[in-house]
Amino acid sequence: MIPLLKRAAVILAAASFAGALVFAMLDLPAPGVHLPAAVEANMAASGVAHPVTAVLLNFRGYDTLLEVGVLLLALLGVLAVGARATPPAPAPGEPVKRMFARLAAPLMVLVAVYLLWAGAIQPGGAFQAGAVLGAAAVLLHLTGILPGWGAPGLRLRAGLAAGFLIFLVVAGALLAQGAVLAYPPAQAGRLILLIEAGLTVSLGLILAGLFLALSRDSGDEA
Amino acid sequence: MSGGMIFAGAGAVLFTMGLVGVVLIGPLLRRILAFNVMGSGAFLVLVGLAQRDGGADPVPQAMVLTGIVVAVASTALALALARRLHRLTGRTTLSATDDD
Amino acid sequence: MSTSLAFDLLLAAALLWSAWRTLATPDIFRAAILFIVFGLLLTLAWARLAAPDIALAEAAIGAGLTGALLLDAVGALRARRDSAL
Repeated sequence: MIPLLKRAAVILAAASFAGALVFAMLDLPAPGVHLPAAVEANMAASGVAHPVTAVLLNFRGYDTLLEVGVLLLALLGVLAVGARATPPAPAPGEPVKRMFARLAAPLMVLVAVYLLWAGAIQPGGAFQAGAVLGAAAVLLHLTGILPGWGAPGLRLRAGLAAGFLIFLVVAGALLAQGAVLAYPPAQAGRLILLIEAGLTVSLGLILAGLFLALSRDSGDEA
Repeated sequence: MSGGMIFAGAGAVLFTMGLVGVVLIGPLLRRILAFNVMGSGAFLVLVGLAQRDGGADPVPQAMVLTGIVVAVASTALALALARRLHRLTGRTTLSATDDD
Repeated sequence: MSTSLAFDLLLAAALLWSAWRTLATPDIFRAAILFIVFGLLLTLAWARLAAPDIALAEAAIGAGLTGALLLDAVGALRARRDSAL
């Protein structure tokens, strides 16, 4: 048990820290750079009509590239830590739930494709689409249709890395333009859709993998 | 006082709350929860502060979108490590003396 | 204007309260459920901040996937502890 004195000191320090933070924020001068205006001014060259997608995949594309790399590394870490050669057979779920999952999964894939396509002009995009795909896989796993992950096979590995690799290849091919991920405006829309399609598949698989790789060690390790 | 400022202030308090949790809470699962609260607070500050004059700002929004996905990946990795620790040693805290 | 401001204040208070309960609840299972509630409240906050993209991602990933991961971990730890007894 942590001594009461230390606990009180930490809470007191934290409270004054929060107070200082809030006062500093209230005191903040107006921002010197107006970013929304800068985004608005460059929307025509971005290849998409939705500002958030333009920032994610065009103006700050390298952020997203590195982020997919981080996700891949996290999944590698999860697979390495949860070492178990053979995944247990999926527990047979209840028939009603299985039936529901079988009905819902194709609809969720449809929603993912819609979100991916809609991302160009309205809220949506690769992240949300990937999340829905991952959720579909988790649903199938929880109802006992999809088994947990052992060591991923070659095709699964290709799918996991596809988003990152497509992104890297596009970035490498565009290096000749003189800047990282500076798309030519005429092709920007198509390139972004290509990258987003790869990202959706990979993100879906990675997010599902984080759950499926972890859930295989439930129960005891006798 | 705008909506953005309210949520930025709440974010600052959430961040501190999570920080206190990470420092004071022993059991790893709960510490991971505190870490997530901390991250959510940082996200709220990022977007709320940028939008304190009203009007959406897509740049911090895109960064937070990236951050949420990275946060879930790091949470999964942390949970994997905590579960591994529990499987190998039966402990749910980092300290050798288990004060659950 | 004042109604929306009042709603924002209420939402911020609910966020702080749910986060506090998440960290202070002694039962880890309840803490995980409260964290999901916190994530859903956060989704509302993103919608209020005119960030529908983040709201979508938060609902699916922050509340959904993180919640599932947490509940699965709680279940696994409990199962092992119970089988050890």
